[in-house]
Amino acid sequence: MQTLLTYGFLQRGLAAGVLIAVACAVLGLFLILRKDAMIGHGLAHISFAGVALGLFLRVLPLAAALVVAVAAAVAVMRLKDRAGLHGDTAIGIFSSLGLAVGVLLASLARSFNVELMSYLFGDILAIEPVEVVLTLVLAAAVLATVRLNYAKLQYMTFDRESARAAGVPVGRLDTLLMVLTAVTIVLGMKIAGILLVAALIVVPSAAGLQVAASFRGAVGASIAVAVLAVVGGLAVSIALNIPASAAIVILCFLAFAAASVVKRGRGIRPGPR
Amino acid sequence: MDLVVLRGVSFSYDGFPVLTGIDLVIKEGDFLAIIGPNGSGKTTLVKIILGLLTPTAGRVELLGAPPADLAERSRIGYVPQKATHIDPFFPASVEEVVGMALLAGRPRVAPGRDSRARVLRALEAVGMAEYSRWPIGRLSGGQQQRAFIARSLVTSPRILFLDEPTTGVDAETQTAFYDMLDRLNRRDKLTIVLITHDIGIVNKHVTSVACLNERLAYHGSHAEFCRSDVFRAMVERGDHVISHEH
Repeated sequence: MQTLLTYGFLQRGLAAGVLIAVACAVLGLFLILRKDAMIGHGLAHISFAGVALGLFLRVLPLAAALVVAVAAAVAVMRLKDRAGLHGDTAIGIFSSLGLAVGVLLASLARSFNVELMSYLFGDILAIEPVEVVLTLVLAAAVLATVRLNYAKLQYMTFDRESARAAGVPVGRLDTLLMVLTAVTIVLGMKIAGILLVAALIVVPSAAGLQVAASFRGAVGASIAVAVLAVVGGLAVSIALNIPASAAIVILCFLAFAAASVVKRGRGIRPGPR
Repeated sequence: MDLVVLRGVSFSYDGFPVLTGIDLVIKEGDFLAIIGPNGSGKTTLVKIILGLLTPTAGRVELLGAPPADLAERSRIGYVPQKATHIDPFFPASVEEVVGMALLAGRPRVAPGRDSRARVLRALEAVGMAEYSRWPIGRLSGGQQQRAFIARSLVTSPRILFLDEPTTGVDAETQTAFYDMLDRLNRRDKLTIVLITHDIGIVNKHVTSVACLNERLAYHGSHAEFCRSDVFRAMVERGDHVISHEH
């Protein structure tokens, strides 16, 4: 294993994967508690159109997907506010459009189906150096932004009306959270794939919520599950020669199952944990 | 000093008038009850004062400024209606919930030593210090309400707004809760604005009353309210009235 870790492609995959795992776990916690867990799926579908557009125009697919996903995230928030739609309706509209545009571009070009598959199912070991740099910079920016707004996000997630009365700009932070999620989903595509990346947002945080009694505890537990799943998934994938994305998501699920068992074992009892 | 001033405030939802021509002044040290039937605009009025809703007409001043321009939001305490209808599985300790108000204006993840001391003082003020590390979802409705009052007190507000704070809380807990509000008003000189349906509470605890039913039917001292036609009409209508001697 030590020899394996000297390989550049593995180092790149690990570095990008761990940072994305942390970002997914933190954002996922807010999204689940806001009952917006499916936003990750919607934005992943939308970013499919961005990847297809990038391949069609012969520009970096990750960059094209970033532009499309962020624009769609802002558009979803606008549609939600102006048309009075629920969040899941607005995301449903845009995610269907994203898939349709992606399928259309793929059928028009015909030549990039193999490359498109690597985005659909993920290929953490095939991350290019330029993608690693982009991932490291943007994932660090996402985490720094969350840290800066952590208390406000926590307050509005727990009690939106009191947070507004306390001067928290809930509308602006809603949009910010959507944009950060869009960026993180796009960055996570190469790791878990468009079809599975939303699992990195939902499952580690869901596992963390099973065992934590405080918000800080839930953040720590979610990050631990996500990082262990990415590192463990990568190791299992190399050892058993299976797709890394599938191994990562299955490990996430196993961690969730274990956390549920731990929770059931503790039972519901009053008092601090 | 006038903490809240409303002049000719009106509000309508989709053209349907909810409040019309409200003139109201809340002075420092008041313990004001806003009473009125369901749909009379009580919650809407408080949301307008806080700047959560914009009036269709009229002028509002909160601590001397329009609510939207108020820089020091921390001087306002607010416990909304159904505050206790929280997600019971939200992973937050009582301490974290109270600290949320303190950290809302700061780029910090966790409270420092000073902030933590303030959180504990606020919890002590409402008799909840021993529950500081409990998950908020595991407290009873009355205990949660106390925790939310502590959250609204932790920033040392000048005025506290409470929207039907004891709905669904048992009688014994209600008594202890309103005794605590009495202490905060009399001992700590905290101005309190309380929305309630219960005239019994009004009779026992508050110093002034605003009776609302789209328009302001009455605003004045509690003693005068008990002699007013508005109060008589409420008694005749069979509203929840408990007589208390002062």
